[in-house]
Amino acid sequence: MEEKEESYHLSNLKTLEAESIGIIREVAAEFENPVMLYSVGKDSSVMAHLAIKAFYPEKVPFPLLHIDTSYKFPEMYEFRDYYTKKHDLDLKVHRNEEALSKGINPLSAGTVKCCAELKTKALLDALKEGGYDAAFGGARRDEEKSRAKERVFSFRDKHGQWDPKNQKPELWNIFNSRIDPGESIRVFPLSNWTELDIWTYIYHENIEVVPLYFAKKRPVIEKNDQLIPVYTDENPEETKEVMCRFRTLGCHYCTGAVRSEADTMPKIIEEMMVARHSERITRVIDHDQDSSMEQKKMEGYF
Amino acid sequence: MIEDSQNIELLRITTAGSVDDGKSTLIGRLLYDSKSIFEDQLSSIRDYSKTNRNQEIDYSLITDGLKSEREQGITIDVAYRFYSTPKRRFIIADTPGHEQYTRNMATGASNASLALILIDAKKGIVTQTRRHTFISSLLGIRHFVVAINKMDLVDYSEEVFEQIVEEYKAFAEKLSVESISFIPLSALKGDNVIERSTNMPWYQGSPLLDYLENVNVAGGRNLIDFRFPVQYVNWSGNEFRGYCGTISSGVIRKGERVIALPSGRTSKISRIVTYDGDLDYAFAPMAVTLCIEDDIDISRGDLISRENNLPAITGNIEANVVWMDTESMQTGKDYLIKHTTKTVKGSFSEVRYKFDLEKIHRIPAEFLSVNDIGKVKIELKKPLYADLYSKNRLTGSFIVIDPHTNQTVAAGMISKYKQVSPDKACESVKSKVIRYPGDKKEKAKSDYDRLSMQGTQCIYVDDEILQKGLCRGIAVDTDEYSRIIEGLCNIATESGVSVVLCTENEVSLE
Repeated sequence: MEEKEESYHLSNLKTLEAESIGIIREVAAEFENPVMLYSVGKDSSVMAHLAIKAFYPEKVPFPLLHIDTSYKFPEMYEFRDYYTKKHDLDLKVHRNEEALSKGINPLSAGTVKCCAELKTKALLDALKEGGYDAAFGGARRDEEKSRAKERVFSFRDKHGQWDPKNQKPELWNIFNSRIDPGESIRVFPLSNWTELDIWTYIYHENIEVVPLYFAKKRPVIEKNDQLIPVYTDENPEETKEVMCRFRTLGCHYCTGAVRSEADTMPKIIEEMMVARHSERITRVIDHDQDSSMEQKKMEGYF
Repeated sequence: MIEDSQNIELLRITTAGSVDDGKSTLIGRLLYDSKSIFEDQLSSIRDYSKTNRNQEIDYSLITDGLKSEREQGITIDVAYRFYSTPKRRFIIADTPGHEQYTRNMATGASNASLALILIDAKKGIVTQTRRHTFISSLLGIRHFVVAINKMDLVDYSEEVFEQIVEEYKAFAEKLSVESISFIPLSALKGDNVIERSTNMPWYQGSPLLDYLENVNVAGGRNLIDFRFPVQYVNWSGNEFRGYCGTISSGVIRKGERVIALPSGRTSKISRIVTYDGDLDYAFAPMAVTLCIEDDIDISRGDLISRENNLPAITGNIEANVVWMDTESMQTGKDYLIKHTTKTVKGSFSEVRYKFDLEKIHRIPAEFLSVNDIGKVKIELKKPLYADLYSKNRLTGSFIVIDPHTNQTVAAGMISKYKQVSPDKACESVKSKVIRYPGDKKEKAKSDYDRLSMQGTQCIYVDDEILQKGLCRGIAVDTDEYSRIIEGLCNIATESGVSVVLCTENEVSLE
């Protein structure tokens, strides 16, 4: 029999995986009460998968937190409950019930106010209530301009706010995790992944994602070049059936679909490779104003 | 294509430059031509260029991300750029040339294996060029590509190119650089960026992208010295007990004999656990979980290595330190030194010299200030298990944290150490008994938690625990009770385990 030769080659995806697992373990070791933000999207699926890998064969030693605006797609709720149960993850859900009881939504309050109440405020409240000192987020540096300079360990003051000019330098793989009581950090283990890495990793690792990412005929309304999915009975006459899929998932009011025939993972990856528009183009919130993401981050949003 | 992605390698590049040397144009072109900028991102940059800069497209806007920067027209931080070709994936750490230059260049270079140095052909080598080359080489980069840009402005002259090459080589000779390649190009016109230039037939080498796709930088990885800093102990009361961490260097195989520091105990690797199944061997930089055959006590901050290939166990180091904080270094003050997964107290005892970054030579100094680089001596309160930075980037580097502000004030690269014998090293982390009166249970418990978190091996004992077991039925104020406590403490401390003891009993220990 031939003796198998050892190879010391580590692919791009395996290198990124090792780096992310290292980050997740470092936080679990150095912080008292970490939590992983779980948005149900593809990046969250990858992040949760990495956490499962990091602590295998034991359970993930921290909870997952879903900041729920109540306006997510039904498929997302279904998937969230299925996925977290299947992998024995401790899921916590938080909503800004006070704002919701007043009937706030993007149509009545505008996207800026709606996001501020249902995402930013809900997140800050949930972190405070849970006493979490570190929160993992699935943001990537390739997503948006203000994220390109984001640290892996991103410090937030007592009000959860981000000061871009006062971030700590990060060298090698050594992270400074010293904080004062009341302060917290956001941790981004997927910082160095690109959208294409995420999809190829999902493919190679057989990670389950919400079916909305796959193309299918769906009822939509076409508005300003965006395909807005229809989940109510309003204006049924404008509704049409279009073969489409979602590149990012958010609230159904604010997330557009793209025309696509990609109904399998290899087709999605193929589509990605020739994509000429960033995934965030289907997010209505980033277009509100120039630098809107930077502004949101300073206020406490991811 | 998807199957191929298994074999795509990741290359990390650091670059730096001033506003007008064309760096942004060059990166913008690489990103655009490799389809790494999307139409919508580009269109928002075009809109901004037209309304605010009065030009068609200002490529520097691609790299200047933050609103606060655009308003001031400067870049204040390291930005990470991503692009990929079918052969390789690239992460470019893009650092500004002016504000906070040293700090950012060092940050960008710390994880890179290749430095891209930009030179404006019209201006030749400037201070900036020397500084970036020096810092990159100090941070351990051994491969350099020097892009001599704006060749269109010097009539694509071979003579100008050769002159810059000679001057750069003369300067780089003094640094430990393994390979330097020179490429004449024009980022604006596209000469030798992606496509070979027809304007410079005298140049026989590759265009930049081709070079970046094929350059061999594998030599940077240490696969000889096995070092495994324990990051996280995976044990939740069940049968499984594993030590999680990232292999800093070297290769480890199942069944191999290993030694744990600081205890000095040896055992065998019984399993290399990953979610994808147990492995026969693992190598740097993989993140794995190691299981050990014998039940030896190992905590976070310990290091697993081979008996015949140990790191230095040292309490005195000399290092090249990059000072990053606006508050200057204070000699004698206690700082926190974070090295691999271990944080120890330490102080700067002496600044041997600092570097004049304009002329790259040594000058005397009492302390280091922001953006200074110097050679310093550090005394540690507890030993580290370290290697020289030149041999091992991850076990040779550390960051310095100010315990009052929590800021990362400096980064260091170990260049020399005073080795202590394993016995002596263990003595300085000698186990002891820490006593609390019986009514200070909360305090005792939190002290125990703190010590455990710091990696001290210790156990917690109080009257409640004693009376449930060892001292069942024995009154707290009796001599017998004292004797049992004494015996227990002796057994623990002799095995190198400290005891946090919280009791009403008045036993005298030592």
